Amino acid sequence: MKNIRLIPRLDIKGPNVVKPIQTEALRVVGNPKKLAYHYYEAGADELIYLDIVASLYQRNLDFDLLKSVAKNIFIPITVGGGIRSISDINNVLRSGADKVAINTFAVKNPNFLSQAVKEFGSQCVVLYVEAKKRAQGGYEVYTDGGREKTGLEVIAWIKKAIGLGVGEILLTSVDRDGTRGGYDIELLKKIASFSPVPLIAHGGAGSLHSFEEAVTLAKVDALGVSSAFHYNNFSISDVKNYLAKNNINVRII
Amino acid sequence: MSKKIKVAIVDYGVGNLYSLIGVFKFFNIDVNVTEEAEILNQADGIILPGVGSFAAGMRGLKIRGLDEVVKAIASRNKPMLGICLGTQLMLTEGHEFGNFKGLGIMKGKVVRFPILADNEKIPQIGWNKIFPKEPGAWTGTILNSFKENDQVYFVHSYILEPKFEKNILALSVYGGHTFCSAIRQGNIYGCQFHPEKSGQAGMKIIKNFINLIQYGKA
Repeated sequence: MKNIRLIPRLDIKGPNVVKPIQTEALRVVGNPKKLAYHYYEAGADELIYLDIVASLYQRNLDFDLLKSVAKNIFIPITVGGGIRSISDINNVLRSGADKVAINTFAVKNPNFLSQAVKEFGSQCVVLYVEAKKRAQGGYEVYTDGGREKTGLEVIAWIKKAIGLGVGEILLTSVDRDGTRGGYDIELLKKIASFSPVPLIAHGGAGSLHSFEEAVTLAKVDALGVSSAFHYNNFSISDVKNYLAKNNINVRII
Repeated sequence: MSKKIKVAIVDYGVGNLYSLIGVFKFFNIDVNVTEEAEILNQADGIILPGVGSFAAGMRGLKIRGLDEVVKAIASRNKPMLGICLGTQLMLTEGHEFGNFKGLGIMKGKVVRFPILADNEKIPQIGWNKIFPKEPGAWTGTILNSFKENDQVYFVHSYILEPKFEKNILALSVYGGHTFCSAIRQGNIYGCQFHPEKSGQAGMKIIKNFINLIQYGKA
């Protein structure tokens, strides 16, 4: 069995790492540069860096801030937030990113995904999906940090994006985000069952058991974590040691 | 005394070179990203990076006339480090979307992963261990500081198959399949993985490569 990746996620607003609860109620967590370096040293397998308001305000993320964060970190960094052109992707890569996560602009212009894949390769393009459970069943895709409905059904959208060549899926459960009540196993399991590309789970990581469940029950490839690490519920090694004890392969440093 | 060295990264239009540049900056090494033969010829060490398909990589080198330049530099045994696609191009042929000729710095071919155990996904994306062929085989190579539990970061669907055992520097296992994860011939090295994205373990490999350039030994 391959290694399961553990990926801290930094939600960026202005100069800070923040943490929304179900995309509302923002709290400031800390300094992006310090926090990113801390996670790098602690054994994070990758980092996710998302400007959570860039898209909403139709502006670009702060490339200088990203540069200063990425400078001393030598693991893959996936960056998202307000990406809407090939030159935006170029700028993000030049600022130290290895992959880009695209949500809002892809929903409006799906062909942008295939353009990005053609230009930078599948390995560089991550489809970012914000999923919210529908009262009548199924899941709907949201954009702009869980604020805007799209009318798109999550499974159908992911299948379409895979067809357009994306190399990975980052799935955030808007309902679980910030709650620390466990990943949305039901949804993740559905996606993992058909996806030929790796699936990164995010939203709800809480107890140690919740990490294990996402791997054993939902069969995800990577675990995105924000609140549970930001608020020191667990360290990266706590989670990795627990997973290793339960026969899940992880990279221990 | 350490002398001031010049490292050149071959820029042939494929891949994101910024994290790679960042590593050399971290070690205070002058690094030049270039497609100019003259600069490559004058450099003390060469990095052949790259992400993408084999054919696109060879095309990128050829239209810049760099295939012959890189081959000539390799034949002089100047320290060279291939990364990912850059390493694959060092072999004689690639079988990605057809059959294509590589640089042929080492004999061998590049083939797709076979069907894997545990339904492991292709591409392999993530961290994996590397092993020497036999204990002690890494002494004097850029992998000499590598520890048993160290891991490195891979992103690839195709694997290296060097023709000669002597060119195999490291092996890895993915989905039950053992494959060659690094190759070597004299001062010419190639890694299938990305040392520049492999944390401390990868940084040590780059540092060893810098030592090879600076002192003639890793």
